[in-house]
Amino acid sequence: MMGSENPGFEESHLFASREEMENLVLDDPLTTTTTTATNNNNSYSSFRSAKSSISDAATRHPLSPPVLSTPAESDPLLSPPVFRNPNASDNNSYIEPPSYADVIFSPFDDNSANEINRVDSSSHDLDSSLTLSRSSSSTSDYIKITVSNPKKEQETTNSLVPGGNTYYTYLITTRTNIADFGSSEFSVRRRFRDVVTLSDRLAESYRGYFIPPRPDKNVVESQVMQKQEFVEHRRVALEKYLRRLAEHPVIRQSDELKVFLQVEGRLPLSMSTDVASRMLDGAVKLPKQLFGESTAVVAPHEVVQPAKGGRDLLRLFKELRQSVANDWGGSKPPVVEEDKVFLEKKEWIHDLEQQISNASQQAESLVKAQQDMGETMGELGLAFIKLTKFENEEAMYNSQRVRAADMKCLATAAVKASRFYRELNAQTVKHLDTLHEYLGLMLAVHGAFSDRSSALLTVQTLLSELSTLHARAEKLEAASSKIFGGDKSRIHKIEELKETIRVTEDAKNVAIREYERIKENNKCELERLDKERRVDFLNMLKGFVVNQVGYAEKISDVWAKVAEETSGYAKDSC
Amino acid sequence: MEQQRSTSESSQSPRSPPSQRYLSVSVSDPVKLGNGVQGYISYRVITKTNFPEYQGSEKIVIRRYSDFVWLRDRLFDKYKGIFVPPLPEKSAVEKFRFSAEFIETRRQALDVFVNRIASHNELQQSEDLRTFLQADEESMERLRSQETGIFKKKPADLMQMFKDVQSKVSDVVLGKEKPLEESNPEYEKLKHYVFELENHLTEAQKHAYRLLKRHRELGQSLSGFGKAAKLLGACEGQALGKAFDELGAKSETLSIKLQKEAHQLLMNFEEPMKDYVRAVQSIKVTIGERANAFRHQCELAETMKLKEINLDKLMLTRSDRVGEAEQEYKELKAESEEVTRRFEAIVRRMNEEIVRFQEQKTQDMRIAFHEFAKGQARLAKSIADAWRSLLPKLEACSDTS
Repeated sequence: MMGSENPGFEESHLFASREEMENLVLDDPLTTTTTTATNNNNSYSSFRSAKSSISDAATRHPLSPPVLSTPAESDPLLSPPVFRNPNASDNNSYIEPPSYADVIFSPFDDNSANEINRVDSSSHDLDSSLTLSRSSSSTSDYIKITVSNPKKEQETTNSLVPGGNTYYTYLITTRTNIADFGSSEFSVRRRFRDVVTLSDRLAESYRGYFIPPRPDKNVVESQVMQKQEFVEHRRVALEKYLRRLAEHPVIRQSDELKVFLQVEGRLPLSMSTDVASRMLDGAVKLPKQLFGESTAVVAPHEVVQPAKGGRDLLRLFKELRQSVANDWGGSKPPVVEEDKVFLEKKEWIHDLEQQISNASQQAESLVKAQQDMGETMGELGLAFIKLTKFENEEAMYNSQRVRAADMKCLATAAVKASRFYRELNAQTVKHLDTLHEYLGLMLAVHGAFSDRSSALLTVQTLLSELSTLHARAEKLEAASSKIFGGDKSRIHKIEELKETIRVTEDAKNVAIREYERIKENNKCELERLDKERRVDFLNMLKGFVVNQVGYAEKISDVWAKVAEETSGYAKDSC
Repeated sequence: MEQQRSTSESSQSPRSPPSQRYLSVSVSDPVKLGNGVQGYISYRVITKTNFPEYQGSEKIVIRRYSDFVWLRDRLFDKYKGIFVPPLPEKSAVEKFRFSAEFIETRRQALDVFVNRIASHNELQQSEDLRTFLQADEESMERLRSQETGIFKKKPADLMQMFKDVQSKVSDVVLGKEKPLEESNPEYEKLKHYVFELENHLTEAQKHAYRLLKRHRELGQSLSGFGKAAKLLGACEGQALGKAFDELGAKSETLSIKLQKEAHQLLMNFEEPMKDYVRAVQSIKVTIGERANAFRHQCELAETMKLKEINLDKLMLTRSDRVGEAEQEYKELKAESEEVTRRFEAIVRRMNEEIVRFQEQKTQDMRIAFHEFAKGQARLAKSIADAWRSLLPKLEACSDTS
């Protein structure tokens, strides 16, 4: 009766003693599992951290095991299809949920242990190549990015303190078949600061697009968390971020991304991120601008960037004044957001975001509840194992041995069920994480919308300015025409003013073009969002449901067996 | 030995043939009476029997918790050595006293209590049982309030008291440091077993209770999730929105099923586990009684020895106190024999009880495990069915999108 040991079972915090688990005799070969969900956190403090820590275990879960290792049981549930994103190729952006077949004939027996490992390495590629092409074309393009190998490095320059600053770099490896990159595999070492730079540059260049938000700087966490934990946390976040960038049909072609992925060496800071010099420059310029010594006009090329975060403090003030006039002034600004469709959409997006956020929170609670269920079931099983041992050791009557056998029956079922709950949960986390992902995307949408409104503000400001300039010019001309022969200084002023007006006209035109461009980007992105979101959410629902069905069936089978074996009085132990 | 169980529990025990004696009791219909601090629950106790000692074949009386306590204490006192069935705990916290769950679990436990007594071949003969099952309410109240202090104490307190007494007496009379204990290796083993068993069972019961809480929590989270899904569906609209809506509806349905299962777990699994723990605690009290009886026996034996020595001395010296001493000795001998008889009765009873206890518990546990497994299987199956019914609809969504 002594069965084999139970390999790979490491939940030390779940079970009181490893030894007890090793002595656990599981008669049913189907229960020996190789899925080492060791990274399962007991506390679901954050959905994301749970997901990231589970991702390892998850990737080992077979997507579609090539062989059904148990003999054919005519199970009608084998027939339902595996639910896939109809538009995707074999590459999926997240772990495919197990089909009924996968779940029912899951490789939880020793035979398929090796198969799992084989499937692992290939499935790892499959599921981690994240370019889900939701469009029907270009299904063969891919960019696969991996972030790994964090290393501690020393700041070599400008360290006042001996021993200086240390920071971490991460190895970013890219595999691609896109010709533009020039090579099919390459890697580069980057630090987090470079990622911030990349993100800022993309924000400048791709106004109006839904640019995936970069990982937070996490200043507090970096102090409070254990170093290793924090670095790992960041590594995962970076990988996710870069993969999302690569997924975006426009951004994946950007120079910024290409340079980031391929070119070794420090990324030059974009103008707007250099806070110190920005403030200095702005402060230096301002008096000159105010006292009319340098041009008080926004250069056209600057108009394509928002005033905020730029170096032109005067422009900032002007636009601020304009926005106040918009809100509080009596008259309507010359150009307003008129697109009703857009405004409705904006409101709807806001509502959507709230609902997604709510659903995401509820999903977290659900995940926690499933986790707790699995844990407690396991603890119950262990308590009964102990009781079984105890009764067997101390048995003075046969009724005790019978009872011990019943207890063992219950206990092994409880332990099996506990494992199933935890596996169910690992899958659930991955599926419902889609909600979380879209929350992140909402931030990108906000960014794109604010690009639009700041571009609009620039246009409005320039228009106001133009009208002011025109008015001034008129006044001057009227005044100078009264003086016979003209006033040399006044004529000179009029000339200057006319020049200013011309430049401002140019700037205004550029600003309007920019605004229109951003509006167009918004529109395209909204369409893309709608299409992709529908697909993603539907996949999420399917995956979630299939997962629930599969595991519920397994758990039901386990208990049905126990119910059968405890149904009589005279029956022997199982 | 027939194990008659109450009709309210699912049971597969063979019914007693009609020609045999039967005594079947049910405790039902809890009713809240009184107000505030003086509030209490009364129960209807229905007895059906063909015992000749009983007045008639059916009787209905109204009883409250303290009446059951009275019965238990009387049985403890009169039937030393028998594992008197345990009672549910007296609720310490006023405000939880009358929660629906509390009332139901208490009623079930009281029903089990009385039926165990009724099916025990010694206890069922008890006059106190007859009183309990038949006396009118006023008489019952009178009896209940006549209790002397000692019976009002909890068994655990009783045991502690005995321990204190015995240690004092043994120190004084026997002049020894350690209290006397039986040197019976098998009995030692049994005692060790009982104490260990309580620990194990308490832990298992704790986890059983937590498990049913988890069911409730999972139910709650599914309910919240369902609502959120519905709201999201309303926002999304179209086919996808409908899919979310259906998912939400299913979630809420399953939430209800989980709450139901939690209740089943409470009544059919966790309570039997608790009952098991209480039963073991009751055995511990009996162990205490036995120890006390043993010590009493030893003390008397020692006292007798001294008296015998004294008597011989007196006889040698032809003292006129011989007659007195002889009389004393005779009385002491009678007392000692009585005490020994009592002790031996306890031992004999315990030996029978232990066998009976083990068999009963095996049966009880098998039923509990069966119900547990059945419930879990049923729950999981309905979860699978509910989610599965969604799949064709989800599939249809992707076809249209």
